[in-house]
Amino acid sequence: MKKVNVVIIGGGPAGLAAALSAKEAGETDILILERDTKLGGILNQCIHNGFGLHTFKEELTGPEYASRFIEKVKEQKIPYKLNTMVMDISSDKVVTAMNSKEGLFQIQAKAIILAMGCRERPRGALNIPGYRPAGIYSAGTAQKLVNIDGLMPGKEVVILGSGDIGLIMARRMTLEGAKVKVVAELMPYSGGLKRNIVQCLDDFGIPLKLSHTVVDIEGKERVEAVTIAEVKDGKPVPGTEERYTCDTLLLSCGLIPENELSNQAGIEISPITKGPKVNESLETTIDGVFACGNVLHVHDLVDFVSQEAKQAGKNAVKYLKDQEVKATKTIPIQTDNGVRYSVPFVVRPEDMDDLLTVRFRVGGVYKDHFISVYLDDERILHKPSKILAPGEMEQIILTKKKLMEVDPSTIRITLEDK
Amino acid sequence: METRELTCIGCPMGCALSVEMEDGKVISVSGNTCQQGDIYARKEVTNPTRIVTSIVPVSGSKEEIMISVKTAHDIPKDKIFECMKDLKSVKVQAPVHIGDVVLENVAGTGVDVIATKEAL
Repeated sequence: MKKVNVVIIGGGPAGLAAALSAKEAGETDILILERDTKLGGILNQCIHNGFGLHTFKEELTGPEYASRFIEKVKEQKIPYKLNTMVMDISSDKVVTAMNSKEGLFQIQAKAIILAMGCRERPRGALNIPGYRPAGIYSAGTAQKLVNIDGLMPGKEVVILGSGDIGLIMARRMTLEGAKVKVVAELMPYSGGLKRNIVQCLDDFGIPLKLSHTVVDIEGKERVEAVTIAEVKDGKPVPGTEERYTCDTLLLSCGLIPENELSNQAGIEISPITKGPKVNESLETTIDGVFACGNVLHVHDLVDFVSQEAKQAGKNAVKYLKDQEVKATKTIPIQTDNGVRYSVPFVVRPEDMDDLLTVRFRVGGVYKDHFISVYLDDERILHKPSKILAPGEMEQIILTKKKLMEVDPSTIRITLEDK
Repeated sequence: METRELTCIGCPMGCALSVEMEDGKVISVSGNTCQQGDIYARKEVTNPTRIVTSIVPVSGSKEEIMISVKTAHDIPKDKIFECMKDLKSVKVQAPVHIGDVVLENVAGTGVDVIATKEAL
């Protein structure tokens, strides 16, 4: 069986940054496996600008951001295989993959970095009543049709869900001549960035209806109309129905990390993030298997994906060089009172860098609250925040010095109103 | 006196801004909780601009049918649709590299449209 030191599953932003970082850390035997026809992942179809403000201090489009990493991967001569689908990862790190040139093949990896990204929540998972005609697309599918294939999915559009991809597609379809009639959002707040609400909806006079959902889809062959209604306590309110004639319904109702391979390998998955439970090194519950990017937890900004992936790449090499301290202590990070989860889930202070970025999300909109961090009963952070929202990932920094000094049995991230 | 209502895009707060104007000049900005809101409101009511991104067809490339493009700088907001109209007649020939000009002086703005994707 072919042997490779670091196999990276996925050649999107996470996989590319992880590969570059592993190379930089001195590893030469790396292989990226990508199922698409080119590197870059979803960035290739995200032609809008706004990427890279943190990384490059300028606003790039998705393809431009990807190309900065792809060029470096090519310069560094890091091997990659395109059109290659990984079918299985075993708990002893045998990767089974296939493509049309080599057929089915296996690679024994010493370390694996999971960078498979995420997938859109499909109609089947949304329980929308009505027929199943043509013309219903996830927002990302429509984005691929318009931006990569140059095809318009329809002329009159209703969008369910106010995630960023849905908002971006509302603008994109409008610019290409379609009429976007309404964006309905089940929650009382939008899951998208403020900037996108203003520049993708308000700029074009597209109404956003919060606490609304689709209650009927008409049309047998093709979508003919969509009815939306107000939602209260999880139920549609009778009498609030509004019918919109349209030929297309786009769904932008959340993203789910794509962890079929992680499950097959027996990696423990968090029911909240739907991604692997990782430690401070972004290592999963299988030694030598690391995770980063949207397969770990869904991000808002690609810049943070790149940062996280850089850590995963570096840590995979550290593992290979056997530089991990055999840590004696593992501290769980607990989250409560509005904080839904944190990544990482546990910290081994002996194995962490001097500084550790812990990313988390809140479960609702909180105004004028404090982000607090406790080491057992000692509060070590009490940071005021004017607003915290589910759509915006937050982060705090833990220091090794403090953790070694206090030696707590738990770390707790919470919200406090005073 | 004229009043314009805006939503600030500076941060997730999304403050509801109210701008009082007279003869095209800003008299006051209210509703903002920080300086960023004031700056945004003044620019947005006097000279709103956007970067426009789209796609154009490319021929002679093995990999791509369309390549993505953007205005090299932001253009006046009211020129967005004229920009899109101008782009409708653009076709490019491979090879195209990131940064190549695909259309000069779009919609008379003095701004070029450049490629954001490579097509070999």
